[in-house]
Amino acid sequence: MSDNRADVLVLGGGLMGAATAFFLRRRGLSVILLERGLVGQQASGVNFGNVRRQGRFPPQLPLANRSRALWGQLPELLGEDIEFLPSGHLRVAYTDEAAGMMEAYREAARPYGLKLEVLSGNAVRARFPWLSAEVRAGSWSAEDGHANPRLAAPAFARAARRAGARIEENTEVLAIEREAAGWRLDAADGRAFRAPVLQVSAGAWGGRLAAQLGEPVPIVVRGPQMGVTEPVPYALTPVLGVTATVVGEVIYLRQVTRGNIVFGGVGHGPADLDTCRARVEPAITLRQFIQLRRMVPALGALRIIRTWSGIEGYMHDEIPVMGPSARWPDLFYAFGFCGAGFQLGPGVGDVMAELIAAGRSTTPIEPFHIARFAAKAA
Amino acid sequence: MAQPRVTIVGAGPAGTRAAELLVAAGLHPLLVDEAADNGGQIYRRQPAGFRRPPAALYGTEAGRATALHASFDALRGRIEHWPESLAWNLRDGVLHVLRGERSHALPFDALILATGATDRLIPLPGWTLPGVFTLGGAQIALKAQACAIGRRVAFLGSGPLLYLVAAQYAKAGAEVAAVLDTAPAGARWRALPLMAARPALLAKGAALLARLRRAGVPVHRGVTPLRLCPDASGARLGGIAFRQADGREAVLDCDASGLGWHLRAETQLAGLAGCGFDFDRASRQWLPRIDADGRSEVPGLYMAGDGVRLLGADGAEIAGRLAALAVLRDLGFAPPAGADPAALRRRRQAMDRFRRGLAIAFPWPAQLVAGLPDETLVCRCEAITAGELRRSAGALDAPEVNRAKAFSRVGMGRCQGRMCGLAGAEILAAARGVPVEEVGRLRGQAPVKPLPVAALREEEA
Ligand SMILES: Cc1cc2nc3c(=O)[nH]c(=O)nc-3n(C[C@H](O)[C@H](O)[C@H](O)COP(=O)(O)OP(=O)(O)OC[C@H]3O[C@@H](n4cnc5c(N)ncnc54)[C@H](O)[C@@H]3O)c2cc1C
Ligand SMILES: Cc1cc2nc3c(=O)[nH]c(=O)nc-3n(C[C@H](O)[C@H](O)[C@H](O)COP(=O)(O)OP(=O)(O)OC[C@H]3O[C@@H](n4cnc5c(N)ncnc54)[C@H](O)[C@@H]3O)c2cc1C
Repeated sequence: MSDNRADVLVLGGGLMGAATAFFLRRRGLSVILLERGLVGQQASGVNFGNVRRQGRFPPQLPLANRSRALWGQLPELLGEDIEFLPSGHLRVAYTDEAAGMMEAYREAARPYGLKLEVLSGNAVRARFPWLSAEVRAGSWSAEDGHANPRLAAPAFARAARRAGARIEENTEVLAIEREAAGWRLDAADGRAFRAPVLQVSAGAWGGRLAAQLGEPVPIVVRGPQMGVTEPVPYALTPVLGVTATVVGEVIYLRQVTRGNIVFGGVGHGPADLDTCRARVEPAITLRQFIQLRRMVPALGALRIIRTWSGIEGYMHDEIPVMGPSARWPDLFYAFGFCGAGFQLGPGVGDVMAELIAAGRSTTPIEPFHIARFAAKAA
Repeated sequence: MAQPRVTIVGAGPAGTRAAELLVAAGLHPLLVDEAADNGGQIYRRQPAGFRRPPAALYGTEAGRATALHASFDALRGRIEHWPESLAWNLRDGVLHVLRGERSHALPFDALILATGATDRLIPLPGWTLPGVFTLGGAQIALKAQACAIGRRVAFLGSGPLLYLVAAQYAKAGAEVAAVLDTAPAGARWRALPLMAARPALLAKGAALLARLRRAGVPVHRGVTPLRLCPDASGARLGGIAFRQADGREAVLDCDASGLGWHLRAETQLAGLAGCGFDFDRASRQWLPRIDADGRSEVPGLYMAGDGVRLLGADGAEIAGRLAALAVLRDLGFAPPAGADPAALRRRRQAMDRFRRGLAIAFPWPAQLVAGLPDETLVCRCEAITAGELRRSAGALDAPEVNRAKAFSRVGMGRCQGRMCGLAGAEILAAARGVPVEEVGRLRGQAPVKPLPVAALREEEA
């Protein structure tokens, strides 16, 4: 049993855990990652694939920028292509009110170095003639894009393994115990793993584990709803989204170069932490159709071939939990990414490894500290 | 008590017999089928305006076809019939049906899935060439449209349908180049004890063979197909390269071919509903778990016909009746006079013996599939080769089919693996060196078949 020890234990093998393991190895720490199923099988493997900064809570932009820079280097870092395409990201507005929100966001994002171009309806249609006449304005982010979520976390885990990390799949952690020398994790198969430092990066399941560790947080679990069309000639180059005051109007879509158009939005379905299932609400699929046709009328001629969902944790304030524990000096969290963690993944892994190895992050992450909830409860 | 809402998907032999029995018990079921009319696969009706007599269309099965159609016609007005309506999703006691441009959410007290089967295929090198059809497709062209798939047609595969369709083509006057059966010649004799459960069917099979012989159609058994070869233009099928049982290689000239290795059950709706599945060793496929009458583990959900056990058309009629009796019993309705579930179950058991015999007589050539060359296109929807699938199994370390799908996209396209899934599982299992049941079952996702983005919700203007 004594060999089940490392400098750091990473609990949860989504993109956050896999990327952390990879960057910890680059900093020379030994690491064991424990994943209940297969790496990247949950939210990280089934998400929409948006590598978007536009629209994020502005104080999150430094982290998103760091992550964006890493996205551009992944083929060299990982030795594998995960289909990142910096295609640009366009949000459209159907009302003047929403167009005003776009302009306000452009100003809020500017100090963080995210450059956005807000265009009139006609100007944006001149670039993208397939947009509908209803579009009143567009906000263009040139360097955002999309990638293949099914490949990302497994590629990080393979690279981490090649660099010497232990990746233990099919290993569910049932108990977290505090010992004199640090942490002990008891797995369902009877094995025990030990390390002086623990990172909890268990996605939507993170809330339960934090509560077990004496730091309860307000988190709800929901399933974003996805679908994909049959392949058609590549035409919708940017990732598309909507700025609106009503959630039911927000659709997002992207076309992969092989032709299929992936979409999501409009609403969430239920997700269940115990059965590990999130299902698609047929009524939402049909409501997504309305918004797809509304943004790009030509989509009304296509057919969809699949729908799916995934299990995601949403914090009440829509801001993830990331950083050191408020209770234990050698415990770190990175979970609850509120439907927007895919873009952040590489950056989160890099920052967490820095935090664990160097004791501090050069990128500001204070707004994500778990103590914000304790302060409110007190 | 208010009339319970009972729905049936599939208007083939199983669905029709289920509806008939429910009506006899005083119910008014809804029958949904994506086809233009009733009949299902085997007793498919010809389009309006076609006037071929039943004997020409259904051959030895004309009597049964006519009887089933007559039963169905007698039900018109007493059931609600939605033809050209696709059941595209099923969850939480609600069936979602696209009828015309509108999707309807239909709650039910009982639902019988009688969705039938489709051809089981092997993605041989060249299988996407124009001129290559499935056996079923070849037969539909004949039955529904009265046309043959080519001038000189070869049939390749294994199973009773192989001989049946070849004989139907010969009878219709098409030139049948040959029947290439991958089953070794001796397999039939080993299967005899089980197949003796249905002597009449055995006799029909022998008669079919005799008919092919009289028509001068060469029949090769124990062949190993190598590839479907293009013609001189490169754009169409020109022949089939195969190895004979004695080891010699040959190329059979033909301009069209029908391919099929028996059938695979259409189980996607059962999967979406959350039914349990078991691996059926005889047919080497995953089938929904049901009791002797067709009850699934999901309350209110029943299954009958080839969509759950490949017993053939007669077996489907029996299973449809049994499922309807189970529905009546579970809803607290008296069965109609004369219903004898015990006798039905006994007949079904005999058919199940025969089914297992068929699987021995016409085995699925798993080795052939497992050994397909790397460059073979396995998934035609997404254009993925056997080599790419093997890379998922090896370098990417996918232990089961859903993980391999996530990495390679095999099963992710328009057909969601309905065409290539069983073959893909064999390739993956062989690459991992494990039995095929260990690589699991592809999880289906809604919609069961492509759904138009133009589809409207019920309440939408
Ligand atoms: C459908 C969908 C669409 C989305 N679209 C986007 C998008 O377009 N862009 C974007 O930026 N973000 C998107 N997101 C969000 C993004 O996918 C997530 O924020 C991100 O993947 C979270 O990564 P994670 O590693 O924290 O969680 P996960 O990927 O869920 O990983 C957590 C892992 O922990 C494991 N685990 C949990 N408990 C235990 C235990 N006790 N023992 C062992 N292992 C355990 C789980 O099995 C799981 O694999 C989407 C999410 C979903 C569901
Ligand atoms: C192409 C083909 C040809 C065959 N030819 C012969 C033959 O010549 N002789 C013979 O003995 N056996 C034949 N068989 C086998 C025979 O068809 C079956 O044994 C028999 O038809 C089974 O009856 P069933 O009622 O279970 O299903 P089927 O007769 O297949 O009926 C199923 C029905 O369900 C409908 N359906 C399926 N899914 C949905 C959905 N999601 N929404 C709406 N409707 C749906 C289909 O349109 C179909 O009408 C053939 C099989 C196939 C696939």
